[in-house]
Amino acid sequence: MKQAFDFVEMKLPAKSEFVGVLRLTISGVANRMGFSYEEIEDLKVATSEAITNAVNHAYYDEGPGEVTIGFGLYEDRLEVMVADRGGSFDLKEVKEQIGPYDEKESIEDMREGGFGLFLIDALMDKVEINNNHGVIVLMTKFLYENEVGQNDDQISTTQ
Amino acid sequence: MNLHIDDHQEDNYGILKLSGEIDAYTAPQLKDKLLTLVEEKESVEVDLTKVSYMDSTGLGVFISALKLSKEKDHNFKLTNLQENVYRLFNITGLNEVISIENTIKGELS
Repeated sequence: MKQAFDFVEMKLPAKSEFVGVLRLTISGVANRMGFSYEEIEDLKVATSEAITNAVNHAYYDEGPGEVTIGFGLYEDRLEVMVADRGGSFDLKEVKEQIGPYDEKESIEDMREGGFGLFLIDALMDKVEINNNHGVIVLMTKFLYENEVGQNDDQISTTQ
Repeated sequence: MNLHIDDHQEDNYGILKLSGEIDAYTAPQLKDKLLTLVEEKESVEVDLTKVSYMDSTGLGVFISALKLSKEKDHNFKLTNLQENVYRLFNITGLNEVISIENTIKGELS
């Protein structure tokens, strides 16, 4: 089955001052698709985390390059791809570091970074990371019809 | 897309009132100011009433401040968080370790 979709692509310099530019763009795209205020906030955080990772990698390598961001607008979902061409990172190591804060951890051992991928995972419906040539994060958020939400509310309030 | 930092200090107390967005671009200047303040003052408060957006870079700054405050045996707290900002502390479990007073709904978008 073939599904029609629109695709938007942008390239941004891998510099932290452009993280906010991406947030404005995703707000516009998600708003036009009909996502709710809360969902748009989730999308803003998740895409900012992804581009922040890309910007940090670019700096570790040979100076700022470019980050490519693609938005796939489907009828039932938004797919966001964030790709940098910088060096790859050890995905296994990164995965071991992510997760919520554990109360048993002592404050001295708490990490100051590493919540980025965890937040992406928590805020999006589906996340895939490809680490072969640079790093590509592909994340999906589904668009649930407002109508369904309203019906749900009505049912719960009459109970 | 900027962060404005107002700071007010008394003998043993300091407060930073922030307005704007905390992200990879604005977090470094916040970290500098906040860590200096936590180092010097016994009691430090960060008022987030006018912070409309924050991501994990902000969480990182506040974890650094918390660590330093424990080392120095100083007090450190966050106040007046917007709901979308508080949510990140909740998801990550950091609301259990960082002292947070009062969350607010709406007003800013």
